Amino acid sequence: MNRRFSWFNATSLTLGFAFLYIPIVILVIYSFNESKLVTVWAGFSTKWYGELIKNEAFLDAAKVTIQVAILSSTFATVLGTMAAYVMVRGGRFMGRTLFTGMIYAPLVMPEVITGLSLLLLFISIGLDRGVTTIVLAHTTFSLCYVSVVVSSRLVSFDRSIEEAALDLGCTPFDAFRSVTLPIIAPAVISGWLLAFTLSLDDLVIASFTSGPSSTTLPIKIFSAVRLGVSPEINALSTIMISIVTVGVITASLISKRSITRRRDEEQKADQ
Amino acid sequence: MAQQKSETVFAPWDDPDQKPIIQFKSVTKRFGSFTAIDNIDLDIFEREFFALLGPSGCGKTTLMRMLAGFETPTEGTILLEGKDIAKVPPNKRAVNMMFQSYALFPHLTVYDNIAFGLKRSDMPKSEIAGRVEEMLTLVKLNKFAARKPHQISGGQRQRVALARSLAKAPKLLLLDEPLGALDKKLRQETQFELMDIQEKTGTTFVIVTHDQEEAMTVASRVAVMDEGKLVQVATPAQIYETPNSVYVADFIGEVKIIEGTATPLGDDRYEIQWAEGQPAIRAACSTPLTAGSRVFYAIRPEKVAITAERPKDAANAVKGRILDIAYLGNISTYHVELPDGQSIKAQTANNRRLARRSFTWEDTVWLSWTDTAGVVLTS
Amino acid sequence: MNIRRLFLIAVPYLWLGALFLVPFIIVLKISLSDAAISIPPYTPTLDFSGGWEALKQFFSKLDIENYVFLTEDDLYWKAYASSLKIAIISTLATLVVGFPIAYGMARASDEWRPTLMMLVILPFWTSFLIRVYAWIGILSTEGFLNQFLMWIGVINEPLSIMNTELAVYIGIVYTYLPFMVLPIYSTLEKMDASLLEAAEDLGCTRTSSFWLVTIPLSRPGMIAGCFLVFIPALGEFVIPSLLGGSQTLMIGKVLWEEFFNNRDWPVASSVAVILLLLLVIPIILFQRNEEKNKELEL
Repeated sequence: MNRRFSWFNATSLTLGFAFLYIPIVILVIYSFNESKLVTVWAGFSTKWYGELIKNEAFLDAAKVTIQVAILSSTFATVLGTMAAYVMVRGGRFMGRTLFTGMIYAPLVMPEVITGLSLLLLFISIGLDRGVTTIVLAHTTFSLCYVSVVVSSRLVSFDRSIEEAALDLGCTPFDAFRSVTLPIIAPAVISGWLLAFTLSLDDLVIASFTSGPSSTTLPIKIFSAVRLGVSPEINALSTIMISIVTVGVITASLISKRSITRRRDEEQKADQ
Repeated sequence: MAQQKSETVFAPWDDPDQKPIIQFKSVTKRFGSFTAIDNIDLDIFEREFFALLGPSGCGKTTLMRMLAGFETPTEGTILLEGKDIAKVPPNKRAVNMMFQSYALFPHLTVYDNIAFGLKRSDMPKSEIAGRVEEMLTLVKLNKFAARKPHQISGGQRQRVALARSLAKAPKLLLLDEPLGALDKKLRQETQFELMDIQEKTGTTFVIVTHDQEEAMTVASRVAVMDEGKLVQVATPAQIYETPNSVYVADFIGEVKIIEGTATPLGDDRYEIQWAEGQPAIRAACSTPLTAGSRVFYAIRPEKVAITAERPKDAANAVKGRILDIAYLGNISTYHVELPDGQSIKAQTANNRRLARRSFTWEDTVWLSWTDTAGVVLTS
Repeated sequence: MNIRRLFLIAVPYLWLGALFLVPFIIVLKISLSDAAISIPPYTPTLDFSGGWEALKQFFSKLDIENYVFLTEDDLYWKAYASSLKIAIISTLATLVVGFPIAYGMARASDEWRPTLMMLVILPFWTSFLIRVYAWIGILSTEGFLNQFLMWIGVINEPLSIMNTELAVYIGIVYTYLPFMVLPIYSTLEKMDASLLEAAEDLGCTRTSSFWLVTIPLSRPGMIAGCFLVFIPALGEFVIPSLLGGSQTLMIGKVLWEEFFNNRDWPVASSVAVILLLLLVIPIILFQRNEEKNKELEL
């Protein structure tokens, strides 16, 4: 399709990406603004970053958020990979339809409902709200995302590779560990990353399931933002955006390199 | 084929009064620094079934895409019925193309696929249905009119693609590897169907293929291409029997190329010295060769006879040992090793039952052929 | 069945059962209860110690009173209707904005495509909240958009976009744009380029081959994109509460307020149940669309 790239395509791409990125760029630029007024430029300054570091409440919230994100994404990856394996390779079992339904339903469930229902569960079993409840909640909804990512990889890879391992004397568990897992590893890793960002990002479910001692960063940001724009939040956003950008670009460069290397090696092997 | 049925032989390319439908005049096509088509001159005549044959990357597809209008020549002109078509966009050309992938519209039924081009022509609406029916009958798909492309078999899809490209009754139909996606048996059947349809509709067909057997079967003339150049343009029989170069000889069918030096014997006859201790090969060649010139002698396996004793009156005979026998059912090929290590193949038709086959591995045999069996080539 | 397989199936099954299915049943139950000034703030509460009799009594106290209340109070009707309206309009707006981007990406050269792809996905990884927040500074009365428009002289008075439905549309289009672009891009990218050549060969102009071939063939992607935007937009909470102000009614916001501000758990629960019912129809349609796509690919 490349041949017909026209000025129309160039314009729509330029406008489209401008729309996607201008708000973020403005946000980043104004995090270095001297003035307290966020929409008036008064000279370059990094003072809001300084203020941010001194702000205990934000730092505490950040700690809680990262703790929750690491724990929940790890649990979600283990459970999600298991669930994906069951969905793709599990064969028939009782309640399979319900199982698949429970994997896909949370993906389309409005966050307010997921949050509400989990909160009501925690209250009715008398579980105190805190880090534990947020981790439980985040694990539940992100395990579904992980299992979708992992199962799509499982579906696409050649089942006969596993069968060859069994044929060569592996037990099913051995075959999973030494053949399947290395092959699906990239999907498992991206599943973990996805779960991690979902957890970092989540406001609604965390609001329902957190207690007074376990405020997460999004909750903190949300309550600050409701009062209007503040340069401190801009600074915080800039930090978060930079971390994500560096992460995503590094990840995509690594994967691109491994793809090119693989292609080169294949070409060499063909000669 | 046309030339077999009509009383006079179909050979417009030999008739100086015939006007070609397509003329390439010193056409060159470059993509950046890569020359895909290198200064080609070619005439294609009406009602011809013309095959462009060559390995992938030889420029045959580019040549075809220039006819369809998807590429424009960098230099030179292409004439359709005497008119330059450089400025005519693909949708205005009386040329249709059958794509290698078939390019059937997956969202339309077989019927609508065939009607697609007609709806965009100035054909009155009332006539479209009749024309589509006619095309469906031609390719024997009337029962499948309402199906979508993914609901029919590969062979049927191929026929829909053919019907769709023929529906507008183009002056010229281009077929890009039309049978490439079919399995061998179906491909052979379809080749004959294609020839039949070509004859019925009287359309000029230009087919691109890398399959030499296919080109030989369907075409009235074959153009063998290599690296953007036309190496030889001739009828299938000429291409096979009198290739003009080692490249063509080697590309079409099986052949043994023997390198040697020629010595004229007079009367268009030559002797070719080719190996120590082997008798010189006697061969006929119409192009004059000087003594001592380097030549390539091409000999095809089916022209070589295999016998236990030396045949008395053979122009050429060599002794060897059977290395391998490939039994292909209808024919057998014997790989015979000569004392100097070279090997020559001989082919015999298996018109007797297997049990009576006379030769086996390690047998010492004689290979012989006449002085007109092989071709002497200089390049 | 061997132990390992049982374990493999049982662990995620039980996890999802306990933390997805059970909570949902609880919501359903509470939506049938009455509000009360107590902890938890609803009645009846389930108490297994009372035995069979207590259980029977428990069920007899459940009723659909809350649902009746929802139909009687205007607020909820309006909130559902305006959520639907906002979700539909913003989905269509996302389609209009997203299609040309996806189309341009599909037409870009091979070297560019991975980069463009990454540029579309990157915002998806950055915090949703931050991306919505970024628009507050742009759309507010003294915001960048008004500053810019006044500077180039298009307007004299600042426009009030912030705290209107328009701001919510912009917010939804912005945050969900990648969901629209990616599925359309993937259908366009898979499309065989020779189909367009075939259309031209059969007499189409560029424009007519676009309408007759490209658009119908990218329809599955457009439909998928629309659902991926519509479904979350319908229950959206963050965007209307940050950009929409007090006048914008959306059901996610109503539910939140019912729960946190009014502490009326039974009504909040029944609002949730109805919202889910509203979502079931588009979700079923979405699945049909996906199945049909799979069929087409075979």
